[in-house]
Amino acid sequence: MSFETPEERRYLESHEWALETDGTVRVGITDFAQDELGDVVFVELPDEGDDLTQEDAFGVVESIKAVSDLYAPVSGEVTAINEDLFDAPELVNDDPYGDGWMLEIEASDTDELDELLTAEEYEDQIA
Amino acid sequence: MPLQTPPLRGIHDERGAKFTEFGGWDMPVEFDSIREEHAAVREDAGIFDVSHMGEIHVTGPDATTLMNRLTTNDVSALEVGDSQYAAITDEEGVIIDDTVIYRLPDEDGEATYLFVPNAGTDEATHERWVEHRNEWGLEATVDNRTDEYAMFAVQGPDSGNLVTEAVEESIADVGRFEATDVTVEGVECWMGRTGYTGEDGYEFVLPWSEAETVWSAFDCQPCGLGARDTLRLEAGFVLAGQDFDYESDPRTPYEAGIGFTVKLDTEFVGRDALERVEAEGVEEKLVGFRLIDRGIPRHGYDITNTESRVIGTVTSGTMSPTLEAPIGLGYVPVEYAEPGTTFRVVVRGRSKKARVETTPFIDTK
Repeated sequence: MSFETPEERRYLESHEWALETDGTVRVGITDFAQDELGDVVFVELPDEGDDLTQEDAFGVVESIKAVSDLYAPVSGEVTAINEDLFDAPELVNDDPYGDGWMLEIEASDTDELDELLTAEEYEDQIA
Repeated sequence: MPLQTPPLRGIHDERGAKFTEFGGWDMPVEFDSIREEHAAVREDAGIFDVSHMGEIHVTGPDATTLMNRLTTNDVSALEVGDSQYAAITDEEGVIIDDTVIYRLPDEDGEATYLFVPNAGTDEATHERWVEHRNEWGLEATVDNRTDEYAMFAVQGPDSGNLVTEAVEESIADVGRFEATDVTVEGVECWMGRTGYTGEDGYEFVLPWSEAETVWSAFDCQPCGLGARDTLRLEAGFVLAGQDFDYESDPRTPYEAGIGFTVKLDTEFVGRDALERVEAEGVEEKLVGFRLIDRGIPRHGYDITNTESRVIGTVTSGTMSPTLEAPIGLGYVPVEYAEPGTTFRVVVRGRSKKARVETTPFIDTK
């Protein structure tokens, strides 16, 4: 089975993606991750204003069968969370790179993104 | 040790199943989505490959005595074609395993049984039967046929129609907890109607070599162990190794809520201990609960009272696909076991409110 891995994003080995626009980094989990998890039924996210450190756990995504921690791709302040996921966690399955996004971080240092995997490197990891 | 594989491992793989280790077997956990598979069984029908379950065959002049002495229920009450749920207990009345016992047609004029221990326990169970048979000097043949038989479960409100179409004989007279010989696509199977998921359902025991023929005879949603867990939990059924575990969480049938399988007027290993437990009452009981706060209870999470004192443990938990609510089972002191009682479940360090509910969580059948 092949999974979507958009090229313009960066990836963590723990299957989060990061998309930067003007210093703001949007975060979600990958197509591969949502498929591995199965039906997502619960997402726990930090509050807006919380400070995150790169690679620290910031929340949890749960499917019917599994619990998985979520890790921050960059350090910074949480400026938005996707509250739609509280009522419709299945958006993570339906559209992991779109409506299933999880949060936005005002990055304190966008250079941290360079430490993450490219789409090609991530694809090699899940191959 | 390499994992044992069900006869249709390759077929399931081609169908896109994901696999998991369960009881030493490499079993499909999910074919399409647990939610879809769960809904198919609640609304129409689904088929499960449960070939990881054990099959032990017992016959001979003392077969009934042997079965009665090693299981908690009254095997002598079974007529040919009846089946029965029972616990297997040790001298202390602690559950070693739970099982379904079928009385097969007599062989050479002797009562004959097939019983189904849980995955990975068939060898130990076979040994237990043989040891006790020898110790008591009983005349019975005990064969472990786990490697010879595949087992499928067709479950759901539409299962009766599917089975009627697939089976050559009429099944109209086969009631709940009854079983009979049937033919599917020329393959002779033993078919029981015990309801593995709480829905109406039919279980087929058949020769391993004929697995593909019989599996293909049922045109319905294939289901994995993931849907098994959510369906069984909604039905309030205990899962061996999770809701009781002989090694890590020893429990009596009375604690586990399967006291109805204990017939104290029969003689079996653990009877005297269970008579005392029954007379004195249990200190802890398995209860069903629903989480009121947001979160999902999982196996191993602490249950506390409102003062944060740990009073019990969650044994099973999930987001119920039917109720769209987080539900679970767990052991708590009896004073917390009444439906409506509230306690707390510690979900990753956070205390969440929960309320005891009557099981099954949903109306089935």
